[in-house]
Amino acid sequence: MSDAIQAPECPVAVSVEKVTKSFPNGDTPTYALRDVSFQARSGELTMIVGPSGCGKTTLLSVICGTLSIDSGRIHVFGNDLGAMSDAEITLFRSRNVGFIFQQFNLIPTLTVVENVSIPLILQGWNYRKAEEKAAVVLRDVGLGERLRSFPKQLSGGQQQRVAISRALVHDPKLIICDEPTASLDAKTGHHALELLKRSACAPDRCVIVVTHDSRIFSFADWIAEMEDGRVVKSCSASEYHHA
Amino acid sequence: MLRIALLMLFRDRAKYMMLIVGLTFCSLLMTQQSSVFCGLMLWTSATVRNIGAKVWVFDAKVEQVNEVIPLREIEVTRVRGVPGVEWAVPIYLGIEQARLSDGSFQNVQLVGLDTATFVGRPMEITKGKIEDLRLPDAVIIDQVGIAKFRKKGITIDIGTTFEINDKTARVVALCHANRSFLGQPYVYTTYDRALQFAKPQRKMMSCVLAEPKQGVSARELAARISALPGLQAYERDDLFWNTIWWYIKNTGIPISFGTVVLMGVIVGIAIAGQTFYLFILDNLRYLAALKAMGARMPILAAMVFLQSFSVGFVGFGLGVGLTTLFGYKVLKLEQPPFFMPWQVPVFVAVIIILICCFSAAIGLRQIAKLEPAVVFK
Repeated sequence: MSDAIQAPECPVAVSVEKVTKSFPNGDTPTYALRDVSFQARSGELTMIVGPSGCGKTTLLSVICGTLSIDSGRIHVFGNDLGAMSDAEITLFRSRNVGFIFQQFNLIPTLTVVENVSIPLILQGWNYRKAEEKAAVVLRDVGLGERLRSFPKQLSGGQQQRVAISRALVHDPKLIICDEPTASLDAKTGHHALELLKRSACAPDRCVIVVTHDSRIFSFADWIAEMEDGRVVKSCSASEYHHA
Repeated sequence: MLRIALLMLFRDRAKYMMLIVGLTFCSLLMTQQSSVFCGLMLWTSATVRNIGAKVWVFDAKVEQVNEVIPLREIEVTRVRGVPGVEWAVPIYLGIEQARLSDGSFQNVQLVGLDTATFVGRPMEITKGKIEDLRLPDAVIIDQVGIAKFRKKGITIDIGTTFEINDKTARVVALCHANRSFLGQPYVYTTYDRALQFAKPQRKMMSCVLAEPKQGVSARELAARISALPGLQAYERDDLFWNTIWWYIKNTGIPISFGTVVLMGVIVGIAIAGQTFYLFILDNLRYLAALKAMGARMPILAAMVFLQSFSVGFVGFGLGVGLTTLFGYKVLKLEQPPFFMPWQVPVFVAVIIILICCFSAAIGLRQIAKLEPAVVFK
């Protein structure tokens, strides 16, 4: 498998074509995604929005290869996920995808800097260098004083900043962000999105955010709205707001 | 990621301590009980180790050193006639009753040595001379006897007298001997005097001790003697092991100790396995996050095995260390029996490794089933 990223030549970073995903539920499968087609571009923050249970998180999971699909094709920076083995997808994720989880998923027994250095250690960095790089990223998000704190010693907003740092530390080309404001109050959520937009959005990077929080739609460059396992609307943020 | 795995384990102090305590207790229980069992088995063959002759000749029906079927005196001559015998001497072994000056009784293991050669003499004379055994009524008593008599208020020293089967015995020397299975003191005297002390029977000689000539192995000589009708000869190590196996096969001792060792294993599996499983369950969503971030299964497996084996290693070390401390203390007191051959810690290490593998395996099973997509739920 080649890990070469083709973003500069191809503005489309993520391409989902006619993807169907079902889950077994007795005799009749439950369809989470029905013939979904979707695109996200480099240099943009794309939001997948819609009510609970519409398939947003499933779409996010198949895009980053943590969930297999029944049919269709998914290309991430030109790499066909369907053509890759599990090991290749795992390697691809470790090098090219940064995750920000709804519950942050910071390991409580590790310090902030240790949590942030994990993606680098997974890539084979030695601990000292990984922690040095993690410390630089944490200082950029204003947590330079809390490097040796444990996650439970931080506020929700600070934890979110640690999660953003962890997603960015290894310079991934794709940032996957699942309900980033769900565990935060409105003001903190707003600050978190500001930080995400400022630090994550880059010309060669694609940021995909799944949310149902309409208060943060204004941060999006592109919005795809889902309903009942289908993308029912996909347009620029300004078009979405006017509509 | 291995350092991360250890940090995750060490900093979850409650579970880490629980795992260490469980495995330490398991290791301690298995090592201590196995060592006491080995010590007890060693006691059963104390006579073999105390006498130390290379070839032992008994009645054909005798299977171990502590069951004595008396032989005729003529058997010594028959043994001496076997090709390859350098020398052969009679020995008396019997449990006799000693009466102390205050009228209380104490059973003793009486050993009657060949008067001319003292073959089978005590390995260590702590006071007095072996030659004094040729004096009238002379006996030598071991440290167990000294301690047992002291408990009854009688201080044994050279010159102390007591009675064995109503015949006067006078202590001429003190010795150190390996403790016997039943804890009876060893009292050494000459063969002829032992026959006077003992209750008379038609046949009195317990066995014949023999030495092979140069170039003849003890086992080969034992085989030649065993070919004689009515006699069974054992090489020293064979007799030692025969005695131990006889106790293993014919007493409930192995079952009793085996049950405790098994309990140790069960406690180890129950506490360590369950705690480790809970540790994995607690960390499952973080492990899923690691999986999503690109941690492959072999890395996660290595992390889990390292965590499991590190607590196993510490628990094993503490358990064996505490047992050694216990052994150091009890060896000074000379009871309970304690002997920790290298096989005991190796056996316990193998069990601990199996417990660690089991614990890691049930944790890994959860991780293997884990879809990384679960982190988005």
